[in-house]
Amino acid sequence: MVMSAAAYLPAPKLGEWLKELSVRHLVLAPQARGDAVVFAPYAEGGEIVLDRDATMPPKQAVFPATEELLRFRRVKDPEDPGRVDVELSASQPAPKTVVFGARPCGTRGFLAYDRVYRSPKTTDPYYAARRDATLFVTVACTAPGNSCFCHWVGSGPDDASGSDLLLTPVTGGFVVLAVSGRGDELLGSPLLEPAGDRTAEAEKVLAAVRAALPPAPDISGARDGLTAVFDDMGFWDEVSAKCVSCGACTYLCPTCYCFNITDEGDGLAGRRLRTWDNCMSFQFTLEASGHNPRPTKAHRLRNRVGHKFSYYPALHEGAVACCGCGRCVRGCPVSVDIREIVLAAIVRAARAREETAHD
Amino acid sequence: MSPFETLKEKIREALPGLDCVIGWRQGFDPLHATPFFMRAPEDVEKLVWSPLCVHNLSTYLPSFRGKKVGIVLKGCDSRGVIELLQEKLVERENLVLFGLPCSGVADLTKLGRAAGDLDRVSAVAWDEAGFTLATPRGEVRVARRDALADKCLSCQFPNALEADHLPGDPLPPATGPDLGDEELAALEAMAPADLMARWAAEMSRCIRCYACRNACPMCVCRDHCIAQSRDPHWLSQEDSPREKLMFQLIHTMHLAGRCVECGECQRACPVDIPILALRRKMNRVVRELFDYQAGLDSQAVPPLFTFQVEEANIKERKW
Ligand code: SF4
Ligand code: SF4
Ligand code: SF4
Ligand code: SF4
Repeated sequence: MVMSAAAYLPAPKLGEWLKELSVRHLVLAPQARGDAVVFAPYAEGGEIVLDRDATMPPKQAVFPATEELLRFRRVKDPEDPGRVDVELSASQPAPKTVVFGARPCGTRGFLAYDRVYRSPKTTDPYYAARRDATLFVTVACTAPGNSCFCHWVGSGPDDASGSDLLLTPVTGGFVVLAVSGRGDELLGSPLLEPAGDRTAEAEKVLAAVRAALPPAPDISGARDGLTAVFDDMGFWDEVSAKCVSCGACTYLCPTCYCFNITDEGDGLAGRRLRTWDNCMSFQFTLEASGHNPRPTKAHRLRNRVGHKFSYYPALHEGAVACCGCGRCVRGCPVSVDIREIVLAAIVRAARAREETAHD
Repeated sequence: MSPFETLKEKIREALPGLDCVIGWRQGFDPLHATPFFMRAPEDVEKLVWSPLCVHNLSTYLPSFRGKKVGIVLKGCDSRGVIELLQEKLVERENLVLFGLPCSGVADLTKLGRAAGDLDRVSAVAWDEAGFTLATPRGEVRVARRDALADKCLSCQFPNALEADHLPGDPLPPATGPDLGDEELAALEAMAPADLMARWAAEMSRCIRCYACRNACPMCVCRDHCIAQSRDPHWLSQEDSPREKLMFQLIHTMHLAGRCVECGECQRACPVDIPILALRRKMNRVVRELFDYQAGLDSQAVPPLFTFQVEEANIKERKW
């Protein structure tokens, strides 16, 4: 990081700065909607909520809950009315967007997406277009919450990966640091002042929050552990007993990227929609024959945890597909705790290993 | 022995003959209790009973059909069990019901309003007058009225209506304000267009997670809900507020005469959409038409499970 690039944004100028950014970008910022906090388009006077993490992660910015992929229309060939052609028109809106005010974990979620939707092997053009058009102005955390565990998964309250600017709250405002080449583009504002000594204060703030995190357990055994307990349905029944098999955990998750595709329309014309889907739903693996390879919530929760902490890391050089934001823990109606399940799987696998060794 | 200790003793005695007893234990932080399936006598030590035992555990019962299970019940939760019995979705002989008189549970959304960030509450305590939360800003005191679930402030059934064990002295009905009624009155006073705009605004943050449905003890179609069936594909995948409100109306209609007003649907909603009002409205209609409240009498037949040639409050011949 090049600390010399640091600037300072006085807190009272925040609204003005967002307004300035809104001239050329759609600015999505955390705002209260009822008792929830969601990323919504910033309009002048909108009150930005930064004193708690947003209920929803910013994933809709790049991965909307419903996205039209294309429109289709059947047209009769005027020369040969017996022949019907399908006319397609693809839609690919990718407005220039700034996501302001996500926490490092919320922003970092897109790195899990990138490995899948923008890899050297395959690129999803819809995802890539939005991703390329979106800049992230992330605000570092100043105190961990009860459900936070970013440091278990190799991240931290000041993790700038995936961000373009990192803001650190200091007395009276924010120290603003460009953490990507694209971040520099956003630093031209006359509202920003040189950070000067405030950089040192920012360093202190970040050191304090790093020190405030409780020690992280070693979860390096998760990858093999989860594979080892894969067939142990007794284990999965036990840890999923209280799960009600809804989709809250997945839809709140900044790294859950699964989707469904449906063609909807009437008669001769329609739209192809891509919508969020989730592995906790019965329909997710329901086959046309009626067979369902994941018939129970135990099978489904096994997939959710296994995918994040074992199968995904196996495919992507050890990267865990969980950024430790804790949203699934906070948002679950029955407080299913993914941390507890990962740790329990490691213990269970170790015990099974010992038992086989003694046999 | 306190009523709670007596109950634990009863659970320990009953456990050997049961698949499990469903109760609560401490969850991931001081503010969260979490459903707990006790299988061994030593599990009973971890059972908790407090104003944080917010969940209606009767929602799990249909999944244990055919097995013998026990369940710990607040007064309102017992209505869920009774409704399940009425609908023959569970068998009475397979259930052991452990009730405790309940003086109300917290509404974590309300506590969040007072605390700012619920995830940074490091300790919680309560007494008759309210809750005390330890937050980074210092201690925050929340009065009972601003902390308890609406249903508890005006609870008519604080003691399980059907129970095999109910230690302790039964509590009298609560005499607090009916905030649900106040909310409904405000909604009913709105012009239709404003009301629609209000619901559109609320539903726009719905993520279609169906936690509202899956936490509901009376929503028993679950995996086969028409909201998600793919063949036929009844509902559009389009996530407009209108489509999302459509599901809420489906839920409300399917719960007509069955909803026990436990509030789980709203409590489960991760984005805090105030959807209970729709169910309350329907319950009021059912009460007016059929003079009926769900889940009070395991022998009663729910009004929409039967018909009367002449309904007392529906004057169809006079239309
Ligand atoms: S873990 Fe919680 S949020 Fe996820 S499906 Fe189960 S009940 Fe729903
Ligand atoms: S799995 Fe849970 S903690 Fe991990 S990124 Fe997703 S919501 Fe956050
Ligand atoms: S609709 Fe809501 S209030 Fe009614 S029974 Fe279901 S969860 Fe309870
Ligand atoms: S729980 Fe809330 S967000 Fe989820 S489907 Fe129901 S209303 Fe929508």
